[in-house]
Amino acid sequence: MAEAEESPGDPGTASPRPLFAGLSDISISQDIPVEGEITIPMRSRIREFDSSTLNESVRNTIMRDLKAVGKKFMHVLYPRKSNTLLRDWDLWGPLILCVTLALMLQRDSADSEKDGGPQFAEVFVIVWFGAVTITLNSKLLGGNISFFQSLCVLGYCILPLTVAMLICRLVLLADPGPVNFMVRLFVVIVMFAWSIVASTAFLADSQPPNRRALAVYPVFLFYFVISWMILTFTPQ
Amino acid sequence: MAAVDDLQFEEFGNAATSLTANPDATTVNIEDPGETPKHQPGSPRGSGREEDDELLGNDDSDKTELLAGQKKSSPFWTFEYYQTFFDVDTYQVFDRIKGSLLPIPGKNFVRLYIRSNPDLYGPFWICATLVFAIAISGNLSNFLIHLGEKTYHYVPEFRKVSIAATIIYAYAWLVPLALWGFLMWRNSKVMNIVSYSFLEIVCVYGYSLFIYIPTAILWIIPQKAVRWILVMIALGISGSLLTMTFWPAVREDNRRVALATIVTIVLLHMLLSVGCLAYFFDAPEMDHLPTTTATPNQTVAAAKSS
Repeated sequence: MAEAEESPGDPGTASPRPLFAGLSDISISQDIPVEGEITIPMRSRIREFDSSTLNESVRNTIMRDLKAVGKKFMHVLYPRKSNTLLRDWDLWGPLILCVTLALMLQRDSADSEKDGGPQFAEVFVIVWFGAVTITLNSKLLGGNISFFQSLCVLGYCILPLTVAMLICRLVLLADPGPVNFMVRLFVVIVMFAWSIVASTAFLADSQPPNRRALAVYPVFLFYFVISWMILTFTPQ
Repeated sequence: MAAVDDLQFEEFGNAATSLTANPDATTVNIEDPGETPKHQPGSPRGSGREEDDELLGNDDSDKTELLAGQKKSSPFWTFEYYQTFFDVDTYQVFDRIKGSLLPIPGKNFVRLYIRSNPDLYGPFWICATLVFAIAISGNLSNFLIHLGEKTYHYVPEFRKVSIAATIIYAYAWLVPLALWGFLMWRNSKVMNIVSYSFLEIVCVYGYSLFIYIPTAILWIIPQKAVRWILVMIALGISGSLLTMTFWPAVREDNRRVALATIVTIVLLHMLLSVGCLAYFFDAPEMDHLPTTTATPNQTVAAAKSS
């Protein structure tokens, strides 16, 4: 027979009692609430939300997406440590930016000399495959960011460089010369630094701390190559 | 009455007892390496593993042996398998790069720095940086050489980036493949040869290309003598790195075969650097030519007008 050396709530009794014998004497006092309800209070509202986006006008849908994209542009232009870009990622912004950049960077197809600037497809491929490679690299190094979140951040942080491209295009309408080049160089360098700072602010936290430099260097190379393409753009 | 023995927890912490209960189980233990499944996919380690550890007298050869066996246990179609090739920290990559820049005679790069942890991060990103360094430097150098000419119109020469990428990546992957195949073949004939795994050879080649990045940037200087001195320095450093890595591997072999292998390795390396210099960078004497072609036009125009 089992003998308990000491039973709970009964220190120092001489008589041995079997284990758990006192359990039936325990009663739950009434002031500990042990009952409740399991409901999801938001449930009915979510269902209403779903059906309402189906019936709304096309303008509302487009405006909502455009506002989300615009909000993320603001986050890139004023990079703070927020995770709006990460939480509500979308790829519309990167697509718009990449298409704009590629359209402005492509060389004139009527003047297709052998060694000119990049074609539309080349810019597109560099941007998207570069972003995919950097994402794969950071995941392989052990980062805990998801694939599309990383693509989203890298795509959105091309915004300063697209602005630089627009400015360079405008500056190139003036007379060519060293002053022209200096202005473009300055603008591209500033926007390059801005892109790096913005993307590092979003991406650096997701890496293990002893590999942060390894994950950030490819981002630096990526934006450097894009800046080089912008700087060396010459209208035919 | 309940027996106390029935209520005791079963101890799971001891691998030995659970293995005696079930000998085929795979146990994972934090302190010691556990049993890993023997049917690993063909990671080309080869039978040379024990021999090279004995030959080169590494004092933590036990640890590297066991760690090497423990590492690649995921099947090759999972993501974790490829993550094992990126298992390096920042300081390790910097150490490997420093080791490739300062080859010390007698120190084997693979044994000293790679230590059974070959990574693909270094080779891949060093090659990517080198591709863009060569293309951008070549473009800049051509621009500076032809700067004063009236007939010169600057073009970004974007096509050269894809050509450079093809050349560099083909060199960094196909030459190690050929070398690994050759070493495996000799290993089957001469039993004492130290053989490296394919990834270690890729790793050595990748890190040996690092010296060409500052070399490519310095090739912008449009002086022929400076460029050739840079070629010699870079070839000296990376060639000696490769030689010191592969000499222990072919030392046991027939003298002529060993020498031929080393000479081929260095020759291919030289071919890469000289080829890149010749293709991407215009010769600096070209700026003299357009002034001589300009003057005949002027004389013809003067003759026509008179």
